[in-house]
Amino acid sequence: MISSFHFSRFILVLGLIGAVLAPLARADRTLLNASYDVTREFYKEYNAAFITHWKEISGETIVINQSHGGSSKQVRSVIDGLAADVVTMNGVPDIDQLAKVSLIPADWQQRLPHDSIPYTSTILFLVRKGNPKQIKDWPDLIKEGTGVIIPNPKTSGNGRYSYLAAWGYALRQPGGDEAQAKAFVKKLFGNVPVLDSGGRGATTTFAQRAIGDVLLTFENEAALILKEFGSDGIEVVVPSTSVLAENPVVWVDKVVNKKGTEKLAKAYLEYLFSPVGQELAAKYYFRPLDASALAHYPGRFPAIPLFSVPEVFGSWEKAQKIHFTDGGIFDQLYQK
Amino acid sequence: MTLFGKRKNVLPGFGLSLGFTLAYLGLIVLIPLSAAFIKTAGLSWADFIAAVTSPRVVASYKLSFGVSLLAALVNAFFGLILAWVLVRYTFPGRRIVDALVDLPFALPTAVAGIALTAIYAKNGWVGQWLEPLWAAGVQRLSEWIPWINWTEWVGGKLAFDRPGIFLALTFVGLPFVVRTLQPVLSELEPEIEEAAATLGANRWQTMTRVIFPELLPALITGFALAFARALGEYGSVVFIAGNMPMHSEITPLLIITKLEQYDYRGATAIAVVMLAVALLMLVAVGSLQTWSRRRLGGVR
Repeated sequence: MISSFHFSRFILVLGLIGAVLAPLARADRTLLNASYDVTREFYKEYNAAFITHWKEISGETIVINQSHGGSSKQVRSVIDGLAADVVTMNGVPDIDQLAKVSLIPADWQQRLPHDSIPYTSTILFLVRKGNPKQIKDWPDLIKEGTGVIIPNPKTSGNGRYSYLAAWGYALRQPGGDEAQAKAFVKKLFGNVPVLDSGGRGATTTFAQRAIGDVLLTFENEAALILKEFGSDGIEVVVPSTSVLAENPVVWVDKVVNKKGTEKLAKAYLEYLFSPVGQELAAKYYFRPLDASALAHYPGRFPAIPLFSVPEVFGSWEKAQKIHFTDGGIFDQLYQK
Repeated sequence: MTLFGKRKNVLPGFGLSLGFTLAYLGLIVLIPLSAAFIKTAGLSWADFIAAVTSPRVVASYKLSFGVSLLAALVNAFFGLILAWVLVRYTFPGRRIVDALVDLPFALPTAVAGIALTAIYAKNGWVGQWLEPLWAAGVQRLSEWIPWINWTEWVGGKLAFDRPGIFLALTFVGLPFVVRTLQPVLSELEPEIEEAAATLGANRWQTMTRVIFPELLPALITGFALAFARALGEYGSVVFIAGNMPMHSEITPLLIITKLEQYDYRGATAIAVVMLAVALLMLVAVGSLQTWSRRRLGGVR
C-alpha cells in the first residue's frame, strides 16, 4: 500500500517535471503582453492574427502569452520583475510609472505613431431600463437623489477618466472656471454611494447589487456589460461631450533587450496600427484611428465631441499631480 | 530558567529546537516584516509622519480598530455561548454545527465578502427586509439623540456601509473564540460544579464564580486572536464596505490603495504603524491574560 502510494507520487512528480520542461523543449520564441482587465477577448483574437502575420513575413512560429488584471497591479508586476515584453494599458500615467524606474525611456510615446495610442475609448453612462431618472447629460448626475456609481479615481483608470470627464465638462461650459469645476465634481462625488477600487467592482455594484441610478464606464466596457446584463434592463446614455480615453501601448526595453525580442515586440505593437489591428479594435468596441475600420461599424461609435486630457489639463502629469496625489483635489472633496 | 545558563534542562534538545524555532520564525515572519520597515526607511521622518497622520489615514485607523474591537467583543460573547452549547449538550446535527464553525477559516475571504454583500445588499435575501428596518432605526435614533450624527457613526445602510464591515469582521473572527474555548470547556469537570452546588452556590454563582474564571484566560486569547484577525482582514471587507473616504475605508484598504498609486513607501509606512499598534495591543492583551490567570484562575 505504502509503496504503491510512493510510486504514484513518483509518477506524479515525473509528470510535473515533464509539464514544466515541455515548453522549453519547443524553442518557439514567446512574447508576453501585460494588459488590463477588459482587453482579454480583443487580444486573444489579435494575437492569433499577429501570429499568422508574423509567420507569413518571417517564417517564424511564435507564442504570445497574455496577462490581465487591474491596470496598476499589472504595472506593479512589471516593475517588480514580470518579464512582459509589451504593456498595453488604458491610461498614460500607468505606463509613465515604467519610465520612472527606467524600464522604458521617458519619450516612449514618440516611438510609435499617434503618440503610441492605437485605439481610444470614452466615458459613457449606463442607466436602468427606461431611464427612470431621465439622465441625459452631465448636469443630471449632480441632481439630488441620483445615485452615481464611479470607481475610485485614485485606483482605477475608469474612475480617473470619469472624474476628468466631469471636470472637463464643467470647465468647458460657458463661463466655466476651476472653482465651478471643483464644485461640480464635489456634487458629483457626493452622489457616489460606493467607491469600488476598480471598474469590475463598480459594474457588479451597479448591475448585480442594484445600487445607484447610473454607472459611468468606458464605451468598450459598456458594450461588454450590455452583452452580459442587457436582458436585465440596462441602457446606454451618450452625454453631449466626454473625455477621450487613450489606450497607450509600449514595449519594455529592459525586457526585450534581455530576451532579444525587441524587433518582434515592436512589430507586434505596430501591427495594432495596421488595417487588421484597427478592424479588430473596432470589432471589440475600441474607437479605431483608421477611418475605414470606423466605417465598418456605422452607428457604433456616437460622434460626440471628445476632449483629451492633455488638452484640458495641460498634461497627464499635471492632471495626476493636481487631482489624484494624496491631499490633491480628489482627497479634498471628502475632507470635512 | 536562564536562556543561556549553564543549568541543564531535564529535557534534551533545547538548544537545537530553540535554534530551529528562531530560524523558522525569522524566515517566515521576521524577514518579510522587516522588509516593510526597510521600505519605509526610504521616507524622511517628516514624510513618514505626514503619510501616517493624514486625516484620511487617521479616520481609517479609528474605523479599523473600532470595528475590529466591536466585532471581537461580539465574537467573544456569542463564541462563548456557541462553544458552551457545542461542548455541553448533545443534539442531532451537533457535529455538523461544529464543522460549520470552521468554515470562515477555510473560505477564501473574498467569497465571504461577496456572499455577505449579496445577502445584505438592499436587493439581497436578508437586506431587503433588514435594511429598511435598520434605516428606520437610525432615523429614530437621530430624532431622539440629535446631537450625535448617527448616520455617520453607525451607517445608514447595512451593506456598503459600516455595518457591512462589522458583519464581515464578525464572520472571519468567529472560529477563533469557539476553538480556543472548546478544549478548556471540555476539560472542566462536572464535579467542580457539583461541589459548588453542594457548598450552597446557586446556578448564577456557579457560573460567575466557578466556571467563568476558569474560562477567562482562554476567552481573552480567543478575543485577541479574533481582534488581530479582524485588524488585518481585507478580502471580505472591501466588497461590503462601500469604501468611502473618511467614512468606511479600513486601513488595509488604504495600504492597497497606496500600492495601486505606486506609493510603496506610503503603503509600508501605514503598514508599519498598524503592525506596531497591533503588536502593542496583543502584548497588552497577553499581560491582561496573565493577570487574569493569577487573579482569578488560581489553578493554572
